[in-house]
Amino acid sequence: MNPYLPPLAGGLLIGLSAAMLLLLNGRIAGISGLVAGLGRPGSARWLADAAFVLGLILGPPAFALLAGHWPEIRIAAGLPALAFAGLLVGFGTRLGSGCTSGHGVCGLARLSLRSIAAVLVFLATGMLTVAALRVLA
Amino acid sequence: MSAALRSLAALAAGLIFGLGLALSGMLDPARVRGFLDVAGAWDLSLVFVLGGAVTVSRLGYLLSRRLRGPVLDTRFDLPARHRIDAPLIFGAALFGIGWGVSGFCPGPAVAALSTAAAPVLVFVVAMLVGMALHGLLPAAPMGRSRSIGTAGGSGNRRARGSAST
Repeated sequence: MNPYLPPLAGGLLIGLSAAMLLLLNGRIAGISGLVAGLGRPGSARWLADAAFVLGLILGPPAFALLAGHWPEIRIAAGLPALAFAGLLVGFGTRLGSGCTSGHGVCGLARLSLRSIAAVLVFLATGMLTVAALRVLA
Repeated sequence: MSAALRSLAALAAGLIFGLGLALSGMLDPARVRGFLDVAGAWDLSLVFVLGGAVTVSRLGYLLSRRLRGPVLDTRFDLPARHRIDAPLIFGAALFGIGWGVSGFCPGPAVAALSTAAAPVLVFVVAMLVGMALHGLLPAAPMGRSRSIGTAGGSGNRRARGSAST
């Protein structure tokens, strides 16, 4: 099978999910924003946002059920590095109003200039970081 | 009633999102870092993930512009801000560094919680702490409440909500 077929098919599903959430609920499928919103229970959207996150967590087991194997998850970074990275990702996505889903999948689809700028910046710093770690290693 | 339907729709959308992540390979930090590793054996499969996702998402967005409102709710809650400002750039830069170090962005990390693997838990807890730290900032520079729909955007029948992407 063409190695790019599963990534493309997976991408189509992700796009379908974003389109569904927008057309049905009027909501942007930005994971960092949805997750952060769970810390503010009581908002009108809390239940639906929690349901989305629950569905997201059920995604990999559902995949395992359908495919007969779990998706591969190889984590090279150690725990301290993961904790550091998690802090940066959590703080950075709130400060920057979004992540790969909100700015990437949804923002690029709306041709939002803010999102285009954000995607270019996080791709650049992500690539620079991996390159820097490669030099240090 | 419609609140229950909205939650059901969101559950289905979340499940499809998680399935898509699992199928696409995005759940695998080694693969994501392979995509970011332009100086090494660059794995460009994630270009196909993003390309496929943005294409379908764009179709959904274009369709939404022909509707008065979403099917199960009263208005489209779209980001209200249009200015490219320092918090956006600085936040995106910090996020990219964390993404490069770990290979995780929020969606795949949360989806991978289902594996209950310790490294995933450590990352997600730290991510929640990072989000909470931002919430502690005095007069959060994101300016949720003072978002003003300045530059003309997508038509006046679309509510300018407080959504962050």
